[in-house]
Amino acid sequence: MKHEEKNFEKSDQFNLTMIPGAFARKMRTCVIWQFIRFVAINIKMIVVVGKSH
Amino acid sequence: MARLVVLGGGVSGHTAATFAAKWLGSSHEVVVVTPNSKWNWIPSNIWVGVGQMSKEEVTFDLAPVYAKAGINFKQAKAVSINPEGSESEAKPFVTIEYTESGREGESEIVEYDYLINATGPKLNFAATPGLGDANGLGEHTVSVCTADHAVHASQELQKCIEKMKAGERQKILVGTGHGMCTCQGAAFEYIFNIEHELKKAGVRDMADIKWISNESFLGDFGMGGLHMKVGGYVVSSKLFAESLFAERNVEWLIGAHTSKVEAGKIEYELLDGSTNEEEFDFAMLIPPFAGVGLKAYAKDGEDITATVFAPNGFMKVDANYAAGAYENWKASDWPRTYQNPTYKNMFAAGIAFAPPHIISKPMSSPNGTPINPTPPRTGMPSGIIGKAVAHSVCDLMTKGENAHLHEASMAEMGAACVASAGKGLTTGTAAAMTVYPVVPDFEKYPGTGRDTEYTFGEIGLAGHWIKHILHHLFLYKAKLNPGWTLIPE
Ligand SMILES: Cc1cc2nc3c(=O)[nH]c(=O)nc-3n(C[C@H](O)[C@H](O)[C@H](O)COP(=O)(O)OP(=O)(O)OC[C@H]3O[C@@H](n4cnc5c(N)ncnc54)[C@H](O)[C@@H]3O)c2cc1C
Repeated sequence: MKHEEKNFEKSDQFNLTMIPGAFARKMRTCVIWQFIRFVAINIKMIVVVGKSH
Repeated sequence: MARLVVLGGGVSGHTAATFAAKWLGSSHEVVVVTPNSKWNWIPSNIWVGVGQMSKEEVTFDLAPVYAKAGINFKQAKAVSINPEGSESEAKPFVTIEYTESGREGESEIVEYDYLINATGPKLNFAATPGLGDANGLGEHTVSVCTADHAVHASQELQKCIEKMKAGERQKILVGTGHGMCTCQGAAFEYIFNIEHELKKAGVRDMADIKWISNESFLGDFGMGGLHMKVGGYVVSSKLFAESLFAERNVEWLIGAHTSKVEAGKIEYELLDGSTNEEEFDFAMLIPPFAGVGLKAYAKDGEDITATVFAPNGFMKVDANYAAGAYENWKASDWPRTYQNPTYKNMFAAGIAFAPPHIISKPMSSPNGTPINPTPPRTGMPSGIIGKAVAHSVCDLMTKGENAHLHEASMAEMGAACVASAGKGLTTGTAAAMTVYPVVPDFEKYPGTGRDTEYTFGEIGLAGHWIKHILHHLFLYKAKLNPGWTLIPE
């Protein structure tokens, strides 16, 4: 059974939200994609830090 | 030569003292009064609490660092402040009590020209019967608020894991131990680290994991929630958090005031007024925070604690404490300079300052029990405020009483947060978030209160890398290693 099917089935609490599918979950640990996100998140964080000082 | 006394050597006080010492040089004196011999990078206590880091990796000795910086270090706790001096002392002073080994309980008077109160929170375990008492954490639950607590939490978690391996099902409860707690983010990070560790140990199927919190909705985080950019949408943190919990099979109970803790069981009241019980085998419940209980006395010895401190024990600063009902709250209620309104040579930084009101919508049960998060003052704002206050004090000391005060309002400042779920560089996924500003400004951003360009959240491995970098960077900076001033708060 798909991960999301299993969890949606568990309770109304779970059923009324969103659960990432296999692709979204894969991208979260895909080192190449995450490296790109790492750079992007760092830039955003640096901007926020800059705006805060 | 004037003297600046900084009370508290945590995130805010250490930042303030080290910058002040650097800016003032040897022409003025900086004294730090703090009860612990070690500095603790508190965010990494989460990893200590799941056995992924040792206490030694998240702490270091303060004495050599302060010696290098030319700071006079007193390992002691402040007990009271005499902002007008006393009948026998002309100058303002703080009464301190040593905690240093060999000098325990010894009392001393430390005169000051300027005072920064950065004493952080008192972990008020005694507020909930059974959660703890005046001596601190009780025997039924664990905490990750200090490095020692986290070591203990890890040992208890390990026992639980052993039981699961032996085939015994375990119920794990993580969240807030009172209706007026803050710091939900730390509990949030801890619950997902536990979930990750259980998976790694191959016992996830043997555990029922549940979140209990005083938030009126999941993802409130004491900030009234936030709307963030995720995957091209602007979504409420409610959806973001609920998705994370559902994905990882973690149930949630919200709007809950934990009213009593016993062995293996808590009692709680919900926002609808109903009461119930929840059993557990392992529970990490964050205590509510209060001020550390400093007293203040006038020159004639009169108790003026209520003039200097708010009823919750935090120090009054330049905030608008008369904002009234929720509908009247404004971003401008939040303090800018952190100067005490009565004694202008006194400032409060980090968690030690009294906020004007909470950030989340105030809520209470029909029985009148307040159940709402109190405002978080996380690491980044605490550091930025510490630095701004140090800047102001240095200017007052070097340029005179009329020097311009530096400003750092939480309604104009952002925060970056990373909630890890594991510690691996290729496994586990963290939630990396930024929020701007911390305190929503509905006049500027009428819909969400925040700038959605700079308020975002994302789940992935990249967050782990950032958390690792922050761990090393902030310990490096706090040790005053070469180039430390270049690392932002
Ligand atoms: C488990 C956990 C995880 C966290 N994770 C994050 C995170 O990932 N990101 C983030 O931004 N924030 C995080 N935070 C919040 C962050 O730790 C706080 O915002 C920050 O420590 C506040 O700084 P502070 O200087 O005000 O208080 P503290 O850092 O608590 O420092 C207060 C200091 O005052 C000292 N003191 C106490 N009483 C006295 C006294 N009477 N006299 C003199 N000194 C005294 C204390 O010993 C301490 O050294 C976390 C908090 C916890 C508990």
